[in-house]
Amino acid sequence: MKKLIYLDNAATTKTAPEVVEAMLPYFSEHYGNPSSVYSLAGESKKAVTKAREIIAGALGAESNEIYFTAGGSEADNWALKATAESYKNKGNHIITTKIEHHAILHTCQWLETNGFEVTYLNVDENGVVKLEELKKAIRPTTILISVMFANNEIGTIQPIKEIGEIAKKHGILFHTDAVQAFGQLPIHVDEYHIDMLSSSGHKLNGPKGIGFLYIRKGLKLRSLIHGGAQERKRRAGTENVPGIVGYGKAVERAMKTMEERTAKERELRDYLIDRVLREIPFTRLNGHRTGRLPNNANFSFQFIEGESLLIMLDMEGICGSSGSACTSGSLDPSHVLLAIGLPHEIAHGSLRLTLNEEVTTEDLDFVIENLKKIITRLRNMSPLYEDFTRRQ
Amino acid sequence: MYSEKVMDHFQNPRNVGEIENPSGVGTVGNAKCGDIMRIYLDIDEEKVIRDVKFKTFGCGAAVATSSMATELVKGKTIHEALQVTNKAVMEALDGLPPVKVHCSLLAEEAIHAALWDYAEKHGIKIEGLEKPKSDIHEGEEEEEEEY
Repeated sequence: MKKLIYLDNAATTKTAPEVVEAMLPYFSEHYGNPSSVYSLAGESKKAVTKAREIIAGALGAESNEIYFTAGGSEADNWALKATAESYKNKGNHIITTKIEHHAILHTCQWLETNGFEVTYLNVDENGVVKLEELKKAIRPTTILISVMFANNEIGTIQPIKEIGEIAKKHGILFHTDAVQAFGQLPIHVDEYHIDMLSSSGHKLNGPKGIGFLYIRKGLKLRSLIHGGAQERKRRAGTENVPGIVGYGKAVERAMKTMEERTAKERELRDYLIDRVLREIPFTRLNGHRTGRLPNNANFSFQFIEGESLLIMLDMEGICGSSGSACTSGSLDPSHVLLAIGLPHEIAHGSLRLTLNEEVTTEDLDFVIENLKKIITRLRNMSPLYEDFTRRQ
Repeated sequence: MYSEKVMDHFQNPRNVGEIENPSGVGTVGNAKCGDIMRIYLDIDEEKVIRDVKFKTFGCGAAVATSSMATELVKGKTIHEALQVTNKAVMEALDGLPPVKVHCSLLAEEAIHAALWDYAEKHGIKIEGLEKPKSDIHEGEEEEEEEY
């Protein structure tokens, strides 16, 4: 069988074997409801408490500032909607960016239909938020700034500390979507003046269906789900105990291996980027050359369309993703690629490859050789390339 | 996601390429939406399509529908070719996912555009052939609204 080369770790990751192992007892052995009184339930409760401590420790937060959710999108929705509702007496203005995940953008658009005003900040050609523009966007009615820690498509890391300082200086709450960054980059909520932070378990070798929202102590955020006393009454419902345990284990693992793992990924990422840019003509790198996630490479290949490229890579056992319209389910290519100034036809020809710790140089050599073949083949089929060569 | 026939025509597209001094060429779609098809026709004096080639910038379905459309019109008279609808192309491919139906429309449109070019060059009128639209995405269905 053909070897699978999985380079879509920004979409999801393989659940680590030790994570699965940690979770298993909490399905049919320690299955008690953490809210119950008997000793069976005590095991579940202890496990949830431990996972919460691990996660809080990884962020420099307190345990009671971590609120488990069903994932990153839920955490993003909660942070934005609850802030808007809880702080509407102070103002109705929110600042975010044009390159956020749809969990932020679509929530902001929904808030706009409910009387809130949203400023969507531009980014530069590398995908970095312009701090001067942020400062200018602040109004007396601004209640929240929400800027992602690192972008999911192009990997660009944002100046989170500077943004946190600006927010703090103006007495504005600061939320960051750290779904891609948590476990890949060191994060400290106090140092960066972060008031709320969203994260998702399955992006760092944890299970799917679990995430959390960090909420700084003292924030008066309305509850997301009313019911029982779980998550300090802010997100009621019996805890996803196996998911929480798995998440805790995944975070423990990610923090322990972060330095070594990301150093290796950076090296491989740079090898991939350098070779692709050198060996495939009419190609550009999207996102910042160095200020990007350790495992992210995003290219645009002129004259070709991303979905065709993905299918052909898949036939060779290579998994990647694209910002083309065909893969987004709409007629428009990725909003992130458009925001960094790419014309539509170049955005359609994008390819994102996101590495993990198991990828080897040999794997990347195989990917690069196949990319060269496939791109030549698709260009020979492309009327855009035909027109281009005729003009030469 | 795609039928076996679509995958076959995507992996082994028929009639890819160009024709020198073609009887008619048609290019439809636009790069903004992510698909462009170009069809070349070689038509003889009996108005039979002797050869047909295509080039396509687009997704898997766009390549497969172009390939199938060229197969369906090859050896046909221009009047027969005009009867090759997007539905015929889709059926020949054992169907397309709903979001890809526009690709088959584009293939039909590309054939029509090439025939239109042929008719214009030769100063003839082909009955039933209308001037091709420049953008086939006009009037497509709106996405479902969120509340």
